[in-house]
Amino acid sequence: MSRQTQCAHVIDLEGLQQLLDALRERGYRTLGPTVRDGAIAYEDIASVEELPRGWTDEQSPGAYRLRPSDTDTVFGFAVGPQSWKRPLFPSHQILWRAGVAGGKVQLDSEPHIDAPLALIGVRACELSALAIQDRVWLGGAAPDAEYRARRADAFIVAVNCAHAGGNCFCVSMHTGPEVTSGYDLALTELGTEGEPTFLVTCATEAGAAVLETLTRRAARDDEIAAAQAVVAHTAASMGRAMPETDWVSRLLVSPEHPRWNALADRCLACGNCTMVCPTCFCTNLEDTSDLSGLQVTRTRRWDSCFSVDFAYVHGGSVRPSIRARYRQWITHKLATWPQQFGTSGCVGCGRCISWCPVGIDLTEEVAALCAETPD
Amino acid sequence: MAPAAEFPVSQTAPEPLLPRVVCVHRRRRDAPRVWTLELQTAGEPQPPFAAGQFNMLTAFGVGEVPISFSGDPAAPQRLVHTVRAVGAVSEALVRLEAGAPLGVRGPYGKGWPLEAADGRDVLLVAGGLGLAPLRPALYQLLAQRERHGRITLLYGTRSPRDILFRRELAAWGTRGDLALEVTVDHATTPWQGHVGVVTALIAHARFDPQRTLALLCGPEIMMRFTAEALCAAGVAPEAIHLSMERSMKCGVGTCGHCQFGGFLLCRDGPVLPYALLRAPLRVREL
Repeated sequence: MSRQTQCAHVIDLEGLQQLLDALRERGYRTLGPTVRDGAIAYEDIASVEELPRGWTDEQSPGAYRLRPSDTDTVFGFAVGPQSWKRPLFPSHQILWRAGVAGGKVQLDSEPHIDAPLALIGVRACELSALAIQDRVWLGGAAPDAEYRARRADAFIVAVNCAHAGGNCFCVSMHTGPEVTSGYDLALTELGTEGEPTFLVTCATEAGAAVLETLTRRAARDDEIAAAQAVVAHTAASMGRAMPETDWVSRLLVSPEHPRWNALADRCLACGNCTMVCPTCFCTNLEDTSDLSGLQVTRTRRWDSCFSVDFAYVHGGSVRPSIRARYRQWITHKLATWPQQFGTSGCVGCGRCISWCPVGIDLTEEVAALCAETPD
Repeated sequence: MAPAAEFPVSQTAPEPLLPRVVCVHRRRRDAPRVWTLELQTAGEPQPPFAAGQFNMLTAFGVGEVPISFSGDPAAPQRLVHTVRAVGAVSEALVRLEAGAPLGVRGPYGKGWPLEAADGRDVLLVAGGLGLAPLRPALYQLLAQRERHGRITLLYGTRSPRDILFRRELAAWGTRGDLALEVTVDHATTPWQGHVGVVTALIAHARFDPQRTLALLCGPEIMMRFTAEALCAAGVAPEAIHLSMERSMKCGVGTCGHCQFGGFLLCRDGPVLPYALLRAPLRVREL
C-alpha cells in the first residue's frame, strides 16, 4: 500500500481522456464500460464521453435496471452482464482449419494475433476472476497460448467500487470492493459533486510510465483518506453476503439435500448464470465442414453445464434432470473448484443472481443448503 | 497487468489442441460394430503412452472422441485403438479404410497403476469393450511376468459373438501363468462357457485379497458391483482401480465436460482408485 500511496495522484476527466489517448498511442485497443441496450457493456471506447457518466443501476434477484444517477459520476454503477472473460477468452475461437484433399490433410493453426488490450474500469471482483481464469487456462499441463498472449499483453486500469450493487457479495468472498493487486493503474472516483476527479495509484512500471504522461497533481492526504472512505462505504453497503459457514464442506456432503428439488422446480436450465459468470470456463469443441467436406474447421465455443448435451455419453446424458445440472453448477463453482484449481470459482459479483430469469439467489440457496443438511 | 509469476511464459508451449495427422494402416473387425484400427504415423515419432491412457481421435469433418489405447505400450509407434461405433464420430472412425487420414492428439490422462503390481496378484475384470483399455496393461504385465503373483482376467460380455480379441484370448487361455475366465450375458449355441454377470466369476478366481491389485474397466454399473464384490472379498478399496468414462472434449482439463464430482476425469483419471470413487458413484446423476 505504501508504494501505491507514494505514487497517488489526482486527475480529472481530461486526465482520464489523456489516459485513453496514451494507451491508444501505445497500440492498445481500449475497452471500457459504456451504455448499450439498457445495460453497462464493455466495448471499444476512445473517448471519456462514451463512459456511462450519470448512470447507475438497480439490481435485485432476476432484475437489472439502469437509471439516471442523482450524481454525475463516471463509475457509479456495479457490474453489468458482461465480464472481461469475453475479450480475454472469446466465446468463439477457431482452433484450426484443415483442408482435406486426395487422402491428405493440411492443418492450419495460425494464431490470432490481436492488438494488446487495455481494460478500463476493472473491478476488484473482476481482478479476482482474472486470477481464477489464469489458474484454469495457464496453471495446467497444457496452457492456452492465445489466452496467455492476451493476458500477458493486457494493460489493466482498475476501479475501486463506489457503489455496491443490490446483488454484490464480494466482501463475504474476500474479493473486494478494494482492488489490491493484479492491475497497472487503479482509479478511485472522488466526490459526487461537480466535475469528476479520480485518485490514481499505480502498481507496475508500465502503469507508472503511463501515469507520468498525464496532466496530474500529487494527491493530498485528505484525498487519499477520501478514497479509502469510498471503498469502506461500499464495503459497508453490500447487497448480500454468503453465509458464514463452511459451505465448501457442507456442499460436498449434500448431494441429496431436499433443497436441490426446490431449486430444480424454479431453474429453467437456461444457462444465463454460466454465460454471465466471469469464471465459468466450460467449452465445447465443434467441427464443421463446408458442403464438399473438404474444408474443416474446429471451433471452441463457450458451453454451459445446464445444457442436456453437456454430459452426453453414448446412450444419453449423465445429468438428464435440471436438479442434477444445477447441483453440478453450484457444487463445482463453490466446492470442487478448489480441489481442481486451488481457488474458489466464485468472486461474489452477483451477476448470476441479477441475470437469472427466475431470480435464484446463489447466497440464499447456499445458506439453505448448508442450514438443514440431512444425514 | 500480466498474470502472476506462477504462470511463466513458456517459449516452447506446445499446441495441445492441434491433432497430428496419421493414417489407418490396418482395420480389423473384432465384433459387431467394434473395429480395431492400427494407425500409421508417417515416420513421425509418437510419444510413449501408459496402459490406460487415451488419445483424442478426429474424424476430419465429423468430430473428435476420446479412445483408449488398446495396443502394446512397449511398441508406442504402433498406435492401436479399438472403437465401437455408437455415435457419429465413432461411426466415421470405424469406416476409415487403409490409407485414410485421421487426427490424433494425446496421450492424455492417468493410466493403470502398474508400478504397484510388483509382487502382487493382479486381477483384471473387463466388461464388454472394457477389455480394450485393459489389454495394454495385460501386455505389460505378461512382459514382466516373473514380477507378479497370480494374474487373472475375468471378462464378461453380452454374447459369444461380442467377444473381442478372440485369437489372443485363445492364446492367453493356453498359458499356464494366466487364469482366464469368460462369461456372457446371453449364450447362443455352441457356447459352453459361463453364462451370467462377470461378478459371478469373482468367487471362483484365485487371488490373495490382501495382496491383490484389481483393475476394472467396463460399464459403470458393472464396475460398481465388481468393486463392491471385491471389497466384500477383502480387497482394500485403495487397491481397486476403475477406468471412468464421461464426455470429454479437450483432454487437457479445461473444457469441463468430464467432471465427476470433483474430478476432471481426463486429467485426474480416467483411472482412479475405488477408495475415491465409492461415495460419488452412489450419487445418481452426479
